[in-house]
Amino acid sequence: MTSIGTGYDLANSIFSPDGRNFQVEYAVKAVENGSTSIGIRCKDGIVLAAEKVITSKLLKQGANKRIATVDRHLGIVYSGMIPDGRHFVDRARDEARGWRDNYKTPISTKDLAGRMGGYMQAYTLYQSVRPFGITAIIGGYDSELETPVDGEVGSGPSVGAGGKVEGKKHGGPFLYMVEPSGLYWGYYGAATGKGRQAAKAELEKLDLSGDGESTGLTLEEAVKEAARIIYVAHDDNKDKEFELEMTWISGADGPTKGRHQEVPEALRKEAEKYAERMTAKDVEEEEETKEGGDKMEE
Amino acid sequence: MEFGNSGVLSEGADSRTTTGAYIANRVTDKLTKVSETIWCCRSGSAADTQAVADIVQYQLGLYEMVNARPPTTQTAAAIFQEIAYSNKDRLTAGLIIAGWDARHGGQVYNIPLGGSLHKQSYAIGGSGSTYIYGFCDANWKEGMEEAEAVAFVKEALKEAIKWDGSSGGVIRMVVLTEKGADRHLYLPDTDYKVRHQ
Repeated sequence: MTSIGTGYDLANSIFSPDGRNFQVEYAVKAVENGSTSIGIRCKDGIVLAAEKVITSKLLKQGANKRIATVDRHLGIVYSGMIPDGRHFVDRARDEARGWRDNYKTPISTKDLAGRMGGYMQAYTLYQSVRPFGITAIIGGYDSELETPVDGEVGSGPSVGAGGKVEGKKHGGPFLYMVEPSGLYWGYYGAATGKGRQAAKAELEKLDLSGDGESTGLTLEEAVKEAARIIYVAHDDNKDKEFELEMTWISGADGPTKGRHQEVPEALRKEAEKYAERMTAKDVEEEEETKEGGDKMEE
Repeated sequence: MEFGNSGVLSEGADSRTTTGAYIANRVTDKLTKVSETIWCCRSGSAADTQAVADIVQYQLGLYEMVNARPPTTQTAAAIFQEIAYSNKDRLTAGLIIAGWDARHGGQVYNIPLGGSLHKQSYAIGGSGSTYIYGFCDANWKEGMEEAEAVAFVKEALKEAIKWDGSSGGVIRMVVLTEKGADRHLYLPDTDYKVRHQ
């Protein structure tokens, strides 16, 4: 028995006497070793970014995408076991499709996060399965416009359907993160994977909580910051080369017109230049302070 | 018939249910609630439309509990339409869905016999409607106030009752606003002039 530990870590659905599910904790370990992914919710959209560590020179550049589109307005990025992530995304697509079939309208980000949280949680309950070895970041932009029923014909009065509650806003950008336990929260900025600590520290410095139109990061700024944060998070893992993958979602009046899309190459390159410049500056400053520190000593 | 405008949505119907020439019910309530401020106007087979409305009422109730928010008129219309279309060979159901929700205000959807879905400014349906197309076209205005809307619906129904042998009895209405659903009842004894209830 000693060689196999306490025995409480052998299967799901068995609690240890102090109330832990070891299988879930091991799944979290798998995530912690995965490459970094982040999500940013800013006032006019969502940015998802992934650090893709290059495991072989034989892999085609830009191929093997890590960020997936689930519905027109929804994207998912995940850290951990990639096949688990792919299955998770497949399920998310089924959920989004199913919602459209039932209600003839796109699923909201919140509702998808709820469904996917439930799905993850179910994999912590049974002997026959293991938990997901991923933490997923779900980003979406729920339309702020009036959404028609899919397939409806005609329109209401030309003055528009009246009687709306004045000043009430609908839709907007939303970001959720789902963990192997099935736990999910809504976030302004989310990070997971190997570089999550550094990434979270950087995310906390950004002005993301401002809901007002005038304050807070713009989508373009968020793209640059996302790139920088992935570069910062990769810093501890310098010996390995990586590719940066980024997607974004804006509102109907923004650059992606409410859709989840890859960040255009030009903007991504610009963001990467900015990221390189900023990370190089950090290193210089560090070295300067070190030297300064030396001088102070007598 | 139903009708939507700025802030108010008013839906009305006569009260006659027939089996052939026999009036099976002279005080029928054809306005059926499927959620607090989403109502439907049933025409065609009473059995079919009641069954469909029951299913939708259940679905919307479930939706409200699961998603912790009231359904929109769109949601209701989508569920009605799916049932009407996928069972088109078995159903005789003409449905008008009228609803008020915080996001879209008052809206009217029409689902005629084949199960298609039409968003309209106002909708009329059922046997009596053929007699009032002209009346509605001539008298409907965009953005009527609540009292105007109620009067319009009532006058239209009075015409339908006057000319159509299969329509008659009392006039029932519901006014849907931010405040909820307000029911009206008008009796033929007083020439539909007095609001009861």
